[in-house]
Amino acid sequence: MAYLSGTNLVAAYDQSVPILNNCTIEAEKGEVAVIVGPNGAGKSTAMKVLLGMLKPSAGSVTLEGKDISRLSVQKRIRLGLAFVPQTDNVFPTMTVQENLEMGAFLRTDDISQTLAEVYDLFPILNDRRNQLVGQLSGGQRQQAAFGRAMMTQPTIMLLDEPTAGVAPNVVDEIFDNILNLKNSGRAVLMVEQNARQALEIADKGFVLVSGRNEHTGTGKELLANPEVRRSFLGG
Amino acid sequence: MSRYTIRVGVTFGTMLLLLLTVGFGQSWSVCLSILNLCLISAIMAMGVNIQWGYAGLFNVGIMGFTALGGLSVVLISKDSVQEAVNAGGMKMLMALIIFSLSIVLSHYFYKRFKSKWMVSATLLAGYIITRYFYLDAAQSIEAINPAFSGYLGGLGLPVLLSWITGGLFAAAAAWLIGKISLGLRTDYLAIATLGISEIIIAIIKNEDWLSRGVKNITAIPRPVPYEIDLQQVDWFKEMVATVYAGRLDLLPVSEQASALTAYASDASIVLVKLCYSGLFIAVLLLIIFLASLALDSPWGRMIRAIRDNEIAASAMGKNVTKRHLQIFVIGSAIAGVSGAMLVTYNGQFTPGSYIPLRYTFLIWVMVIVGGSGNNLGSVVGGFLIWFLWIEAEPFGFWLADVSTSFLDKENSIRQHLLNNAQYIRLIFMGAVLLVVMRFSPDGILPETNKKL
Amino acid sequence: MTDILNAIVLLLNFVFLPGLSYGSQLALGALAVTLVYAILRFANFAQGDTMALSTVMTILLTWLLQHFGITLGFMPTALLALPLAIIGCLIYIMLVDTFVYRYYRRQKSKPITIVMASVGVMFVTGGIVRFVLGPDHHIFADGERFIITAREFKAMTGLAEGLAIKTSQFLTITIAILLVGFVFYFLQRTKTGKAMRAYADNEDLALLSGIEPHNIVRVTWILVAILTTIAGVLYGLDKGFMATSYHQLLLPTFAAVIVGGIGSPPGAIIGGFVISFSELILTYAYKKFFIYLLPEILQPDSLLQFLGTEYKFAVSFVILVIVLLLRPTGIFKGKVI
Ligand SMILES: Nc1ncnc2c1ncn2[C@@H]1O[C@H](COP(=O)(O)OP(=O)(O)O)[C@@H](O)[C@H]1O
Ligand SMILES: [Mg+2]
Repeated sequence: MAYLSGTNLVAAYDQSVPILNNCTIEAEKGEVAVIVGPNGAGKSTAMKVLLGMLKPSAGSVTLEGKDISRLSVQKRIRLGLAFVPQTDNVFPTMTVQENLEMGAFLRTDDISQTLAEVYDLFPILNDRRNQLVGQLSGGQRQQAAFGRAMMTQPTIMLLDEPTAGVAPNVVDEIFDNILNLKNSGRAVLMVEQNARQALEIADKGFVLVSGRNEHTGTGKELLANPEVRRSFLGG
Repeated sequence: MSRYTIRVGVTFGTMLLLLLTVGFGQSWSVCLSILNLCLISAIMAMGVNIQWGYAGLFNVGIMGFTALGGLSVVLISKDSVQEAVNAGGMKMLMALIIFSLSIVLSHYFYKRFKSKWMVSATLLAGYIITRYFYLDAAQSIEAINPAFSGYLGGLGLPVLLSWITGGLFAAAAAWLIGKISLGLRTDYLAIATLGISEIIIAIIKNEDWLSRGVKNITAIPRPVPYEIDLQQVDWFKEMVATVYAGRLDLLPVSEQASALTAYASDASIVLVKLCYSGLFIAVLLLIIFLASLALDSPWGRMIRAIRDNEIAASAMGKNVTKRHLQIFVIGSAIAGVSGAMLVTYNGQFTPGSYIPLRYTFLIWVMVIVGGSGNNLGSVVGGFLIWFLWIEAEPFGFWLADVSTSFLDKENSIRQHLLNNAQYIRLIFMGAVLLVVMRFSPDGILPETNKKL
Repeated sequence: MTDILNAIVLLLNFVFLPGLSYGSQLALGALAVTLVYAILRFANFAQGDTMALSTVMTILLTWLLQHFGITLGFMPTALLALPLAIIGCLIYIMLVDTFVYRYYRRQKSKPITIVMASVGVMFVTGGIVRFVLGPDHHIFADGERFIITAREFKAMTGLAEGLAIKTSQFLTITIAILLVGFVFYFLQRTKTGKAMRAYADNEDLALLSGIEPHNIVRVTWILVAILTTIAGVLYGLDKGFMATSYHQLLLPTFAAVIVGGIGSPPGAIIGGFVISFSELILTYAYKKFFIYLLPEILQPDSLLQFLGTEYKFAVSFVILVIVLLLRPTGIFKGKVI
């Protein structure tokens, strides 16, 4: 069984039509898993269910084989999950530094090392460390959001479109860092609009359409699959 | 028969039973007093229900709107005090004109020049001049025979007219408040209504030239006959004689005349209250009829659509704020009408008696307990809670008595608590509200057309 | 020259000092309301009556202390009772939270439903207050009434007007400065304080950072209990205790919160002073002030008062209306939706 897995998930917002229909997502340690799919397919919803921000009406979520479906969001974070939501992923009226500190809220050890790493990764954040995040540009905010999640030193990192609105050179930085996370033995699960680049580094890929697993396979397999290429990768 | 119909039947049956118990057990006069206040309460509750149940608007200033209704009774029905009008009427009118003028002018400046400074300066100047005339006028009016009048009096028109103007007064105040605070945060309306109601009460308590303040206004003309007059008319005496013929026959002839007078006086009290009941029931039915008509119209459906999903409704191009304003004005107007009815029924206007507990909070308990969104629910809530309210006072006293009975009779703590026992019903009513909100949020009669 | 000095002293004595202390009292209450707004996301209508209840606890404890002959010299004995009253207030608030608010929080009810529940709490609390102390006016300040009396000031300066500094005013201002300093230090510098701000800012992300909401809620209520009790006691020492006047503090308190910007702590402080000074400036009768300043022929014969003191809370309301019309987010951009 995979390190983190959501199996046969069914979920809906306020008792309306289900957004997820029997969808299964898995992520393994030391691997990058990528979810791609059209807008509104339920990718973000699947992430929310994995994190416990939305309760599924069927299916289960397990971490290292243990069922965590009943745990609250904050309990799951304690178990080593970290998440960068697609929107509203920073504390706008707090400074960059405070945002990063909040990422490390559960840690009791010295955080200066990790802080230095994040500032190293995103120098612009270092320059703006005492500015309110709400005053930063979209791309800078995205970096702060990524940095906040890094600060938790998670065993599994979940990212919902982490590169949206970010300058190309920073996109590369973020992808490099995702590979770093993978190489240090952590699990990464990400949703990406930038499907081709994401699948290239993906050990595993899930193509989601209307809340269903349309295709599943390694990144290479999906890139090679003509149907996937035609519908999602623009030929 | 649906379960809902049975529920309605049982509830109204219970209410009837309670009233009959009082009627046979205590007296018909007490029973009718309770009934009349229940009817007024039901109307008040319905005004609030329209705001909360139909539109989710939280009005914490019901007291203010009912007090405006009460004031309108004075201003419409009392005779004018000619001397006072001569002394200060012109000056007061002057003040009013200048005040209105400054508002109109500042509005014009705002539209024409968009200058906040000009607007502020106009309002300030207008206020200072108004105040100059106003202080002088108030002083001259209040100086006229302060022990008996000391105010302008009213227009001397039929008192029933004031029920309508009471609604209009309240509607005007509600329009102003709604215009300012609707469309912003939902709780701004609550805070604004709290504020306006405190101000209205402060005005009627302090503006003696208008309302005699805490000196009260008594002897408000009635829409129904006076007991004394009834006792003099022949048909009434004959009626009483026929009704009580059996009992009168049992008495010795010498006592029959005085017994008849006593019966007539009792009967006249009951008949007067019955007349009021008739009037109140007519108003209640009219409002229920109009409300259900409105609720089933496209307008009513839109209102509920907005309540159930404001975002979706506004996305569909419905003007949420405008609808909310209409609902708020209508609900407040009904509260104003009921306030006017209450003052008419009491025959006096006592500004000191307006306390939020009685006029705001109790009404809320009625709405929630009865079932918000259901007009019959408000009627039921109005009945039951008024009943409880009446009964809770002796209960509170009993509680304070029992819980301190181990203390000496003269013990100061015991004395003190017994003195304050009336406040137990505050706690009691608050608890009722919280418990019903939590465990039975739909109330006794739940909303029937919840889902569209 | 002395006329000008006299006029200034007059204003200091009747407008500035009272405004400063009333403003501090309002600011502390408004800070409590704004914290509840920011963290629990509802307008707490029970604030005024909770303030009254904690003051009642202080008064009862003060009487008890006085009964045993324990006083605080020239300072009011109520200060000794204060810590216990804070704990009492906290227990009451936590009970209310457990039995009332927690349920709606879990249900994620609409804010207006919670506001209504708080109105229920307001009446229950008000009922308890009136049941215990009745509707009357109680003065529970003992010790020295003045730090400097008007007479001493006149003797010192030789002016015709005196500047009296009441002990309660002095206490109010000092304690308020210390307390506000503490709250701001807590919110800005400590980990828990930052977590509170984070929770106020973005609840979901706070959970995603591992912040436990009930810890945040608990800490918020602790701060609210401290602020509420101290605000209530300072107000009572200054003006005496009366259940209705505490209830009526609700309007200026809300006005202060909205003027400053809902959910903004600095806004609540500024708002408190805006309201208090507006009230005093608009209800003060300037006749004497102008008698000092103007030559004899120009001297006024009316009171020169904008508004009678019986309408002082109308000032809060008018300011509220102006803010809602011109800048509904308040001075420090608060939350509008
Ligand atoms: N908070 C919400 N409440 C109701 N519906 C939502 C909410 N968030 C998303 N949805 C709906 O769920 C569907 C899937 O959304 P999402 O998971 O965000 O898609 P994706 O991330 O794949 O673009 C969409 O139809 C969207 O409208
Ligand atoms: Mg998405």
